[in-house]
Amino acid sequence: MRFLAFIYIILFIFSDLYAVEPDEMLDDPILENIARDIGKKIRCLVCQNEDIENSNADIAKDLRVLIRKKISEGKEKKEIISYIHSRYGDFVLYTPPIRSDTIWLWVFPIGFLILLSFIFFRKKR
Amino acid sequence: MKYFILIIFLLSSAYIFYEGLRDDPTYIPSNLISEEIPEFKIESIKQYESFSSADLKSGEIKVVNFFASWCPPCKVEHPQLKKLSEKYKLYGIAKKDEIRNLTKWLDDLGNPFVKIGLDKNGMTSIDWGVYGLPETFLIDHKGMIIHKHVGPIMKKDLEYINKLITNVK
Repeated sequence: MRFLAFIYIILFIFSDLYAVEPDEMLDDPILENIARDIGKKIRCLVCQNEDIENSNADIAKDLRVLIRKKISEGKEKKEIISYIHSRYGDFVLYTPPIRSDTIWLWVFPIGFLILLSFIFFRKKR
Repeated sequence: MKYFILIIFLLSSAYIFYEGLRDDPTYIPSNLISEEIPEFKIESIKQYESFSSADLKSGEIKVVNFFASWCPPCKVEHPQLKKLSEKYKLYGIAKKDEIRNLTKWLDDLGNPFVKIGLDKNGMTSIDWGVYGLPETFLIDHKGMIIHKHVGPIMKKDLEYINKLITNVK
């Protein structure tokens, strides 16, 4: 039991560690937080489902540097995400944009849930 | 009836899942196809003539290749690049390379490029949506990207690239 608690504490302490290297970080903690927030929304292109804040891949590091550079230049969060999206497409975003060709990704699960609830939980007369 | 709907749903999900497994997960389609080439800046290397986005916006069909001397697959595609260079103008962008290593690499293997520049910090590669090396872009005479090849160009890819360029011409 004690061992499990030890493992839990260790995991808890290290759960908030990122791949961001000290030389990449912005001096201003508020701006650094914005950069991390953007980084968590961007998928690393060569990793197995990792965001760029947690990836050690070369491209993830380059994107982290780019995000911080653009923040320092005064660019808005939305502009930065939109720039990366324009280069790498929907794959790079964890939240796919709602468009006519992606609408089913959003509608289908909810629709199916409603349908199943209707079929299985409707009151029998 | 309700079990019938459930079975239909599970079967269609299994089919979609099976189809998804057949996709190549390492290939990410480019968002820049049919778009104008991005504005970019590259560092010039003393020994070679450099270029800018303006060089790629007019003239004949051009091939832009992202490579590096530290990238083993780039060595694999090099003979194919040399073959392409006999027909088309090749522009090279060396990503995060050391000039000394790059020069030696081109001296040893031969230089297929008409112009070469250096992307020292990887930012130009991001401008082009590059996520690995090597990557090759075909640019038409108006400066539009017509095709992107991810990974080394092999002998079998040459035919496809030649066909694409002939269709554009």
